[in-house]
Amino acid sequence: MTSLQQRLSGRLDDVTGDAGYEAGEHPPRMGFFTDTSVCIGCKACEVACKEWNDVPQQGSAGIGAMSAMSYDNTQALGADSWRHVAFVEKPAKPTFATTADLGLPGMGPPGFSDGVPAGDEGADQGTASGEDGGVRWLMSSDVCKHCTHAACLDVCPTGSLFRTEFGTVVVQPDICNGCGYCVPACPYGVIERREEDGRVFKCTLCYDRLKDGQQPACAQACPTESIQYGEVSELRERARLRVAELHDKGVDVARLYGADPDDGVGGDGAFFLLLDEPEVYGLPPDPVVTTRDLGTMWKHVGSAAVALVGLGVASFTSRRLVPRLLSTGFGGRLPGARR
Amino acid sequence: MGTSFGRGGATTFQQDLQNSDCIVIQGSNMAECHPVGFQWVMEARRRGATVIHVDPRFTRTSAVADLHVPIRAGSDIAFLGALVNHVLSNELDFREYVVNYTNAAAIVDEEFRDTDDLDGLFVGYDPESGQYDPSHWQYAGAPQSAAAGMRDPAQPGGPSRPHEEPGDPEEMSAGARHKAGRSETSGSGGPSVHAKPQRDETLQDPRCVFQILKRHFARYTPEMVQQVCGISPEQFAQVAEALTSNSGRERTSAFVYAVGWTHHSVGVQNIRCAAILQQLLGNIGRPGGGIMALRGHASIQGSTDIPTLFNILPGYLPMAHAHEHLDLDSYVEADAGKTGFWGNMRDYTVSLLKAYWGEAATEQNEFCFDYLPRLTGNHGTYDTVMGQIEGRVKGYFIVGENPAVGSGNGKMQRLGMANLDWLVVRDMAMIESATFWKDSPEIATGELVTADIGTEVFFLPAASHVEKSGSFTNTQRMLQWHHKAVEPPGDCRSELQFYHDLGKIIRRKLAGSNDDMDRPLLDLTWDYPTEGPLAEPNAESVLREINGWSGDGAEGTALSSYTELKSDGSTTCGCWIYCGVYADETNQAARRRPHWEQSYVAPEWGWAWPSNRRILYNRASADPDGKPWSERKRYVWWDAEANDGSGSWTGMDVPDFIADRPPDHVPEEGAQGPDAIGGRDPFIMQTDGKSWLFVPTGLADGPMPTHYEPAESPVRNPLYGRQANPAREKVEHPANPTNPSLSDVFPFVFTSYRLTEHHTAGGMSRTLPYLAELQPEMFCEVSPRLAEMRGLQHGGWATIVTARTAIEARVMVTDRVRSLRVGEQSIEQVGLPYHWGGNGLSTGDSMNDLVNLTLDPNVHIQDKVGTCDINPGRRPRGPKLTAYVEGYRRRAGLDGDLDRQEGSTT
Repeated sequence: MTSLQQRLSGRLDDVTGDAGYEAGEHPPRMGFFTDTSVCIGCKACEVACKEWNDVPQQGSAGIGAMSAMSYDNTQALGADSWRHVAFVEKPAKPTFATTADLGLPGMGPPGFSDGVPAGDEGADQGTASGEDGGVRWLMSSDVCKHCTHAACLDVCPTGSLFRTEFGTVVVQPDICNGCGYCVPACPYGVIERREEDGRVFKCTLCYDRLKDGQQPACAQACPTESIQYGEVSELRERARLRVAELHDKGVDVARLYGADPDDGVGGDGAFFLLLDEPEVYGLPPDPVVTTRDLGTMWKHVGSAAVALVGLGVASFTSRRLVPRLLSTGFGGRLPGARR
Repeated sequence: MGTSFGRGGATTFQQDLQNSDCIVIQGSNMAECHPVGFQWVMEARRRGATVIHVDPRFTRTSAVADLHVPIRAGSDIAFLGALVNHVLSNELDFREYVVNYTNAAAIVDEEFRDTDDLDGLFVGYDPESGQYDPSHWQYAGAPQSAAAGMRDPAQPGGPSRPHEEPGDPEEMSAGARHKAGRSETSGSGGPSVHAKPQRDETLQDPRCVFQILKRHFARYTPEMVQQVCGISPEQFAQVAEALTSNSGRERTSAFVYAVGWTHHSVGVQNIRCAAILQQLLGNIGRPGGGIMALRGHASIQGSTDIPTLFNILPGYLPMAHAHEHLDLDSYVEADAGKTGFWGNMRDYTVSLLKAYWGEAATEQNEFCFDYLPRLTGNHGTYDTVMGQIEGRVKGYFIVGENPAVGSGNGKMQRLGMANLDWLVVRDMAMIESATFWKDSPEIATGELVTADIGTEVFFLPAASHVEKSGSFTNTQRMLQWHHKAVEPPGDCRSELQFYHDLGKIIRRKLAGSNDDMDRPLLDLTWDYPTEGPLAEPNAESVLREINGWSGDGAEGTALSSYTELKSDGSTTCGCWIYCGVYADETNQAARRRPHWEQSYVAPEWGWAWPSNRRILYNRASADPDGKPWSERKRYVWWDAEANDGSGSWTGMDVPDFIADRPPDHVPEEGAQGPDAIGGRDPFIMQTDGKSWLFVPTGLADGPMPTHYEPAESPVRNPLYGRQANPAREKVEHPANPTNPSLSDVFPFVFTSYRLTEHHTAGGMSRTLPYLAELQPEMFCEVSPRLAEMRGLQHGGWATIVTARTAIEARVMVTDRVRSLRVGEQSIEQVGLPYHWGGNGLSTGDSMNDLVNLTLDPNVHIQDKVGTCDINPGRRPRGPKLTAYVEGYRRRAGLDGDLDRQEGSTT
């Protein structure tokens, strides 16, 4: 049995077992590896998700206006958008020198080149050459991260949010009472209340499909295998190799996001290969499970209670103690501080 | 493609792109418009291929390409021609392939004169008619009596069909002065030349095709590319290097195009130019090579194979002409090539007539050849629209189309529809073409008044593809069967049921008639078995009829190949190129064996015409002796040991060749039909067995591609004195004025395109919330420089105006649209998606209302580019809109006088 501290943050190798499923009897942890270097922004994932899960169109007022955020009219993950393809237009750094050096493949073994593909300096996801270096157009399909340490689940008072046997995090809409505690708890801003309904909704990683041995709708619809579904352990290995491959090709900007089991959320069940800083895609650079310090907090609450008793006494002796006690007792990171 | 190679279909299949070492995507936004097929481009890239995207805009395709090359819309031939010149002048061609498999060695008639000699014209131009007489483009020694241009309507073969996009009504169009020739018949089978040409295999003869080509393209230099296309010599060099270093014995490169090449007044020649390049580089018929023509969703290839076009019959047999084809003999005589598989045209024709008229078709009555409708002229889409406006055309079926939004010059479309007796619209949604009478832009301006429109409109709800069984023929000529999943709701019915029932009703009404005119209808075989609660015709029985059988009626045996067809009436076949799709009495199109259970070629997934071949002309994947050019590019080869030592072609695909004809076979003098195909003639549908670098017959605007400016252009053609395609077709109507070129009033270039999120004219996407919300509003894409010049606000409104009309759109200011340096000029381009109209959940102005109808002379397709002006703010409403556009016309010097509207072009 893991300690309370461990259950709230840090590395956790068997998140499903930790949630109470019998070791050896539950399926392996399943998740997504989204390789944004091959995303073509077709939004098939968004539509397939909505079709399968019967997610309503955005907003009740009908089709709205163009967002003018490039081709991104979904704009964010939310109760009515469980997949969201971000489109980021960025000036490319001047690439004329790199594209001029085509590094063309020479004669090599079948299907492989012994050279570097043209302009691969940031070429996955785009170079336009020209005097000014052109433009990059980054596309990335975002989704609920199914965190190892899921604050939404930790703060849910009804048990509506639960950890499935696949290690994913799912809302049971028939239990959710709409309290909304989970909304500020999420370090990624994923889970959201549907205004006209009151309850919260988010990606289920197609729990119903998984139970039938199928892959989630978005992964199945993805034409370029940008969204890959599988065992998290295997996906992490695959992702590591893909980054190495891109680095070999000179795409130094490739990096993984959410794949590290030692990060602030204990690693994500849905993680990403990005071609720029996370902030560029609208992702928090260093997310921390908002309940990480819950244990410490309760401990502090205990001592604070004791202290308060003392405070009553002390107040008669020294007013200067009060602020110091308060800051000790409640100085940790509060749930929802990010929001 | 038809004139170059013999068949007007993609030479390859999308899965094979994974074997390419270099892929040039030009005239296509494949990632956005064919996202599923694009996975094979991504796979190629993963394997190390170089992917190049040449396009006016930086799109989702450019975003994942190695190199994006911004080009001025409408200047593709200048760019491709310079690549041809680069290959020829640096001797980078694949010489062994070129000498043996192309017509490079053929000697051309000495009277031929090129554009170099005549400042942009080929010999044979008639300025009066604006048409060419191509008789002097022939091979030397060709009998002049057979010269195609001299007998236009009987011209054998014809130009290639550019691969129009889905549902584009542009399928066919007008060009009033052009007779409805055989312009589509090269869909399968090239045009005929009636003699094997003289050859100089050293390629040194100044009159051989190779030398003519070299001279023709000499002026297409990298500097010229900068002056015409706005592409720097450095970028040009990158593309040239990538392409040539990835072509040859060991490596192959592919071209991918779509309507970015076809929708131009030089559409066919754009494709021809790529065909020349790919022939010189030896990339046709080989794995990882080819030209991938991306056709529309979901069965545009099918809509020309079993045509919805006016001038062809199933399998690209020409439609008979009223005055030329009085009997079967003259019909077959005029169109059958003497050599190659087109030589068996009588077999295909008789089998088709048997499919139509069954027992009534007998040897004595020429198998009811007289029953076929006859052409008297052009009856294409745009000609039909003109006919409606002029009152010649009284009724109109619109099925799976939305011409009010999807066709060029929307105003003319609507004026035509408003002048009919009746209009039938079959669709799944209430599209703009069904409601034009109450809410079109012309109602708002007062140009049309609902009460004055006499057209009776019938709207009939249609079943969707999941509500009916049938086949799609996709972009790579592959038939895939879909099974009905649910019954159609309410009154929705399939097209099959609609036409079957319509035919039954008409026949019932005609029953008992003794009028000879009614015999063709009454004698039709119209007896498909029906099934299900709606008594729908059985779709597989239709497929079986298309496939054909031998023997007695439906009791006969399904045929397995078109080589089994006979001209004696003993076989029946609804479309000869589809023969084999029902071989062994099995629906071969319904096969679903995934590629991971077989080779990547996946011959057991669906069925592709012809004869289930996936790469066409694949005999060219082997060298003249029948050995693979290289181990790396093995595909089809001669196995001398096979067949008990008599030898056979074999490999990963169905050989596109006569299976047992050895590579050293030399046909006897005077051989005809397939017997005339030599062992080194991979292009078996061509009468000379070779692919054509130079097209001696079959094209209306020249044997070689030549750069002309679009009909509306801000740039003077720096290559020749001729500004626009001299043979282009003009549609003359007050609603179709042409902006003068080089005009300050219309200084910018517009180009149209589509988005992944929407489907063609929007009937299947603007009506669906999940799709409509992804691109909720019509917008235009402009560069930051243009936005600054005109004061356009990102996210605000803009009005785009041409001499036809003005539309409004939201503004997307983006670095993805680049200001181009074209010679000394700065060129700005405005990008306009064409999906919007007034109906549905997401509404907006229709881009096609801006389009001018100037047509390619071969296939009558309109130019998708033109010139425009753009201003901030919304467009004027009501009659003020008409006044606003009139103001522009006046300032541009267009006052309704059509002659003066020619502007400075030509």
